[in-house]
Amino acid sequence: MSEITPEIVAEHGINEEEYALVLEIMGREPNLLELGIFSVMWSEHCSYKSSKKWLKTLPTEGPQVIMGPGENAGVIDIGDGNAAIFKMESHNHPSFIEPYQGAATGVGGILRDVFTMGARPIANVNALRFGEPDHPKTRHLVSGVVAGVGGYGNCVGVPTVAGEVEFDPSYNGNILVNAMTVGLAKADRIFTAQASGVGNPVVYVGSKTGRDGIHGATMASAEFDDDSDEKRPTVQVGDPFTEKLLIEACLELMQTDAIVAIQDMGAAGLTSSSFEMASSGDMGVELNLDQVPQREEGMTPYEMMLSESQERMLIILKPGKEDLARSIMDKWDLDFAVIGKLTDSKRMVLKFHGDVVGDLPIKPLAHHSPEYDRPWVPTPDSDDVLASDIQEAADTTQALKTLMSSPNMSSRRWVWEQYDHMVMGDTIQRPGGDAGVVRVHGTDRALAVTSDCTPRYCKANPVRGGAQAVAETYRNITAVGATPLAITDNMNFGNPERPEIMGQFVGCIEGMRDACLALDYPVVSGNVSLYNETNGKGILPTPVIGGVGLIKNSDKTATVTFGSEGESLVLIGDSIGHVGMSIYLDVIEGRREGNAPVVDLAAERKNGDFVRSQIEGGFVESCHDLSDGGLAAAVADMAIASNMGVEVIKPAEVETPTTAWLFGEDQGRYLISIGDAESLLEAAEEAGVSAAIVGRTGGNDLTLPGGSTISVAELRACNEAWMPNYMAG
Amino acid sequence: MKAAVIVFPGSNCDRDIQVALRQSMGSEPQMVWHKDADFDDVDLICLPGGFSYGDYLRCGAMSAKSPVMKEVVARANKGVPVLGICNGFQILTECGLVPGALMRNSNLKFVCRDLHLKVERNDTVFTKQYQAGQNIRIPVAHHDGNYFVDAEGLKALEDNGQVAFRYSAEDGSVNDHSNPNGSLNNIAGVYNAKGNVLGMMPHPERLCEDVLGGTDGRPMFDSLVAALS
Amino acid sequence: MKARIHVTLKNGVLDPQGKAIEHTLGSLGFDGVNEARQGKFIELDIAETDEAKARETVTAMCEKLLANTVIENYSIDLEQ
Repeated sequence: MSEITPEIVAEHGINEEEYALVLEIMGREPNLLELGIFSVMWSEHCSYKSSKKWLKTLPTEGPQVIMGPGENAGVIDIGDGNAAIFKMESHNHPSFIEPYQGAATGVGGILRDVFTMGARPIANVNALRFGEPDHPKTRHLVSGVVAGVGGYGNCVGVPTVAGEVEFDPSYNGNILVNAMTVGLAKADRIFTAQASGVGNPVVYVGSKTGRDGIHGATMASAEFDDDSDEKRPTVQVGDPFTEKLLIEACLELMQTDAIVAIQDMGAAGLTSSSFEMASSGDMGVELNLDQVPQREEGMTPYEMMLSESQERMLIILKPGKEDLARSIMDKWDLDFAVIGKLTDSKRMVLKFHGDVVGDLPIKPLAHHSPEYDRPWVPTPDSDDVLASDIQEAADTTQALKTLMSSPNMSSRRWVWEQYDHMVMGDTIQRPGGDAGVVRVHGTDRALAVTSDCTPRYCKANPVRGGAQAVAETYRNITAVGATPLAITDNMNFGNPERPEIMGQFVGCIEGMRDACLALDYPVVSGNVSLYNETNGKGILPTPVIGGVGLIKNSDKTATVTFGSEGESLVLIGDSIGHVGMSIYLDVIEGRREGNAPVVDLAAERKNGDFVRSQIEGGFVESCHDLSDGGLAAAVADMAIASNMGVEVIKPAEVETPTTAWLFGEDQGRYLISIGDAESLLEAAEEAGVSAAIVGRTGGNDLTLPGGSTISVAELRACNEAWMPNYMAG
Repeated sequence: MKAAVIVFPGSNCDRDIQVALRQSMGSEPQMVWHKDADFDDVDLICLPGGFSYGDYLRCGAMSAKSPVMKEVVARANKGVPVLGICNGFQILTECGLVPGALMRNSNLKFVCRDLHLKVERNDTVFTKQYQAGQNIRIPVAHHDGNYFVDAEGLKALEDNGQVAFRYSAEDGSVNDHSNPNGSLNNIAGVYNAKGNVLGMMPHPERLCEDVLGGTDGRPMFDSLVAALS
Repeated sequence: MKARIHVTLKNGVLDPQGKAIEHTLGSLGFDGVNEARQGKFIELDIAETDEAKARETVTAMCEKLLANTVIENYSIDLEQ
């Protein structure tokens, strides 16, 4: 074995202090294989060493939570003996280097996290962030990532029902590809990675192991520089066909009683999966690497342990169940190999060609990974921009048209029409609304799923931005009539070794915690992606929240489509006209200034509960939450979706200047259309919720106060044109 | 009526068509694994959508050579109705049960959305409960649905009335604008010469319930049940 | 023996992928590309050592699976 020099240690991303800990844990110098194992296990990606301290402060419990963070994915109770299992995970760096494969394997990885727990995946969500449209790489990256997400999800046959696409210069060198999967399982048939039973066979199933992705986990934790394109060979290639077979084979095997524990081989492949299983069961494990199915000749133990070849699972079987498991894998034409056994040594012993080539203690490596309390500074408060600080728009309708045609407000139809969002036959709300809704197969229940984050808010004020991201998913889910149950978080930030970046992280967590507590909306799974920066320039802080809610009666939901002409538009929630950090200020006045809007969490909850009760009661014709672009943008979305006109009328008693009233981004608000507004207003008053009639549906045109009239057809054409035109450019 | 749904490795609309058939039949269709060429006698064979064999080499190429397809071809030639949807249509062209081939969409992108179809004729077991010339709304979801056949073949299809559906606009007009994938003559589905085999790219099984957004797919399954029971 | 098989679209069959390549090459400033056609390349390592027999077998493979002769042509190169 080669001698371990300081250079080799550094190449493995292990600093001096950490190496001292390695020597202490090993009681000797590690060999290269062992060093490689430390390197991937202690990478930021696998160990959460910078973020653990803060993640622990998030609320993770509630009566609906069956399993919280720490498992492959979070598990919540959705009634009738069913459970929803979900998680979001980033595949940012690989997608920047090779957009198609990076995005595709991101989808594949998160699917495995979910079905490894016994769930059939039923919905995918994708939150994508790219650099500014004019950046030379952006178009290529959008094209590749969207094709990759679709290429994988469409083939495995899981509908992609929701997501976001945002452009911002801060992502020029670091795009974000955050993929979420929601699965459905029986609440009493959840599988975990907890190994048990000395002598039980350790079984490898799925694709063969090749040299792909070696050091992928370490790459995902390193800053980029201009040579990053050279890292291409380490990117994995996905095979969605094999994944589909693996899903079916694993779910079939799970119907038997053969499995003790099961874990997918994700980042750091065989290493992390075997360590996680042995560690959570406090067991030892012995692997015979000669038995690992290999795609290439002459693979070394180092390569096998660190390979990130996709579509592989590690399973601990009950004794004597090998033949049963093998026959199921044979049926699906998947590789099956017994590669080792559990021991009571609490050590990982790796054998190759008859020799012991690696011998490491499990617990210290898995649990004593470094944990940092990185220095941080709070983000300084920004001066706010007041409603009176902006110019009144000369023509609010024209301003709305400009806004709806802008890169970040334009329709994403071009994207989601490339995703199969209907396969599995249970999609009852397709992309383009507030949340995707999928039926719980064979029942009247349905799940609402969404993802959201407003990074410009998080930059201006991380605490408010963190709360807003959580609250917006709560609102998305409520607007379709669902009860928000729990979230997954995908924390995308810059270099945590810089105190101001760490301060953004800490601030966002604080805001998220407040919102989760106030809304009874715990975090059940998550993922952290740090070092998203290029040449010292970090991305906007982007804590993407994936939310899941429950609809008890799938006939009682709301969409953004008006029922008929002559309905009243009712605005729920208070409007003070917060224009700081608004899309309007950015796009129309070219100013990205001010503070993020405050989220009044008590009002958020009260308004949400009220809106949901009205939808569940079957009283409302349509509902939409207010977010980017405020009231005017929400009205435009609804008119476009309905192919129907609407006139917005500003109530006489409103003192807010018209432009700020229309485009301000105050939180906790919804827009409802309803035939009989009087009873809704009465119910709102009783509930202590602000509600006001702000318009009426009908005709073919949209009219705003302080503005001209535009046909809905023209508005739609503008809204839907930007993305395809840009991509064709 | 007894129906069989053939499940290939990589099929992913097998459950969807199972649900649609169950709804119209009131009983369970038989799910047949592709290795099981010796399946029961049935009145209808369905080849579901999906990505059999990952669409590797060409969509449907590998499945078309599987043992079960030999049996399907033999039964189709004896007159058993066969319905191939999406990947099922691709398999039908690859094994020669219907003419033509399905190429990459002309804009090279996967397309998933509702669109309209003009029903060409209603005198087949598949379409009796539609009107001839009716415009129906059915979704597509495919990357390779660009129907091609040589000029002679196209003429034969048109002359023999073998075009089942054409992509149309909401107002029923059939033109380039209503063509989502570049298919010749806007062809969305074709029959074999005898009319007992139908291959189509759109997914009628996806719109058979109001809660899913429409029911224009349902008459196809009701037609089959009425004709074959 | 190595068998190298090129599968290409028949003349007269529209090749949208080839068109896209042609368009993109043009937009990258590569002038003078009259046409681009995209096909597949398949390499087989086969046990047969007799060239005539090998050609016969590989031709059958092309006809039965590797090419769809409704839309595709194929050519075979053999190398010992």
